[in-house]
Amino acid sequence: MKSYEALRTAPNPDHAVVRGPGEVEVHLHVNGESRTAIIEPRVSLLDALRDRLELTGTKKGCNQGACGACTVWVDGRRVLSCLTLAITCENREVTTIEALSEGDTLHPMQQAFLDCDAFQCGYCTPGQIMSAVALLAEGHVGDDTEIGEWMSGNICRCAAYPHIRAAIRRVRDEGGPGDASR
Amino acid sequence: MRPVSYSRATDVGAAIGAVSADPESAFLAGGTTQVDLLRIYVEQPRRLVDINDLPLNRIEELPGGGLRLGGLARMSDVAEEPELVRRYPMVAEALLLGASPQLRHMATIAGNLMQRVRCSYFRDVAAGCNKRAPGTGCSAIDGINRGHAVLGTSDCCIATHPSDLGVALVALDAVVQTEGPGGTRSIPIDDFFLLPGQTPEREHPLTHGELVTGIDLPPLPVAATSRYIKIRDRESYEFALASVAVAMSVVDDRITEIRLALGGVATKPWRARQAERLLDGAPATTESFTRAAEAELAPAVPHGMNTFKIELARRTIVRALEIMAQREGTT
Ligand SMILES: Cc1cc2nc3c(=O)[nH]c(=O)nc-3n(C[C@H](O)[C@H](O)[C@H](O)COP(=O)(O)OP(=O)(O)OC[C@H]3O[C@@H](n4cnc5c(N)ncnc54)[C@H](O)[C@@H]3O)c2cc1C
Ligand code: SF4
Ligand code: FES
Ligand code: FES
Repeated sequence: MKSYEALRTAPNPDHAVVRGPGEVEVHLHVNGESRTAIIEPRVSLLDALRDRLELTGTKKGCNQGACGACTVWVDGRRVLSCLTLAITCENREVTTIEALSEGDTLHPMQQAFLDCDAFQCGYCTPGQIMSAVALLAEGHVGDDTEIGEWMSGNICRCAAYPHIRAAIRRVRDEGGPGDASR
Repeated sequence: MRPVSYSRATDVGAAIGAVSADPESAFLAGGTTQVDLLRIYVEQPRRLVDINDLPLNRIEELPGGGLRLGGLARMSDVAEEPELVRRYPMVAEALLLGASPQLRHMATIAGNLMQRVRCSYFRDVAAGCNKRAPGTGCSAIDGINRGHAVLGTSDCCIATHPSDLGVALVALDAVVQTEGPGGTRSIPIDDFFLLPGQTPEREHPLTHGELVTGIDLPPLPVAATSRYIKIRDRESYEFALASVAVAMSVVDDRITEIRLALGGVATKPWRARQAERLLDGAPATTESFTRAAEAELAPAVPHGMNTFKIELARRTIVRALEIMAQREGTT
């Protein structure tokens, strides 16, 4: 999924130089591809992804760090793209929900969300899934209390929480049918 | 959000030089406070100096048995450092009970101490607020102040200091290491947070362009038996209504050493010195705990909606001490 080759060969602006406040070329590396955006330094990673790079899978909820809808990975760690300035991601690897599936084959977590009915309106779902996949790698999926605590950075206004936990348990346990009533 | 220019500092000297030379520049670390407040015009720098590439994220042993936490170490990384978890569990707990996993990956511990208050009038540029715009009055004193402080307030500002980490650090007598245009300094943590008094806009003794390079935790054996207890409106991803950092040792049912600090109820992370004085040498009983908690809260000043915090803080102190006493009793 990730190719660091393009990262090494990406244009490397002199970061010590002061850029902006007007539009500047920002060289990003998103989902294994080099992408250039002409944006002001104040533009968030979230807005750059959605409005400039046509990656609208990542959602804007609160735009102030309070909901988790905008969760993406930067250098493999889950972060909030609404409080990240895009220009700070030069020379870092950005991964969004669009990178999870391989062609038409969904990532196991995406499939588990479908199978476990882990959403209603679906607005928080990309953030939930980016968080859930990262959480599995981080550990902290021992029981539902632990999953709940470590998923607490992703709010679901539809309160699909029991099903979201079921989807995560299912991927954790590799394949068994998720049971939301547990 | 006002337009800003941007540069990334490659060494500490360049970062300090860039910010100190320009009154309208500011450091950018994790951005979880800075970007948020820029967007709503509460912070208005014209230039951001990104310090994320500076080599200040290590956690190192100090000679004599303490730990030095690099200022740019992330909350998530510090919370999982095995030596910190073993020697200063309340620091790890305070970090893990703060914000969310995503925010903790972004947020630095220096930024955590520098974060601004969550008072809704401070965050609303249309409201009067002495901290954001000195001389415009405090909208919270007669306003919606359920989350506000009852200790350390003044007639100018009653905003609660929001940091959880800071509470554990004041209990430990941590030391903040800084570097600025005038050289390096070591600032005892209790002096690092200023009471609002008549100048609520001044929260730290730092000069413009002075960088927090690290936080030193002194050697303190009693800190190995410590806890951070946080009470809030929901179980996670929420600031404290009341919190307690406590380290305690008990020998033959008497308290032989005690460190106690409060969060969520004061205008700065609050070292509970009055309670400590009463607890030191006292029997480890609910009676002494209650007496100490009451003494600490005696000077509390409520402002209407936040009156409940006085009783909540008392109970949180007693509960935290009881938890410690039970644990101590069984070992
Ligand atoms: C939704 C939400 C919930 C939160 N919940 C909690 C919580 O429960 N408990 C808690 O403790 N915190 C909480 N926080 C606050 C969070 O922990 C802080 O925003 C964070 O620690 C700030 O660190 P940063 O690296 O992102 O700083 P930045 O936002 O980059 O910077 C903050 C300020 O500090 C200055 N600064 C940064 N680094 C340095 C340095 N090394 N030297 C000098 N100045 C510096 C910047 O110029 C800026 O003024 C929450 C935040 C959000 C958005
Ligand atoms: S409590 Fe402090 S921060 Fe809030 S409005 Fe009053 S002066 Fe401003
Ligand atoms: S949109 Fe980023 S946390 Fe809500
Ligand atoms: S499914 Fe609607 S917000 Fe989560």
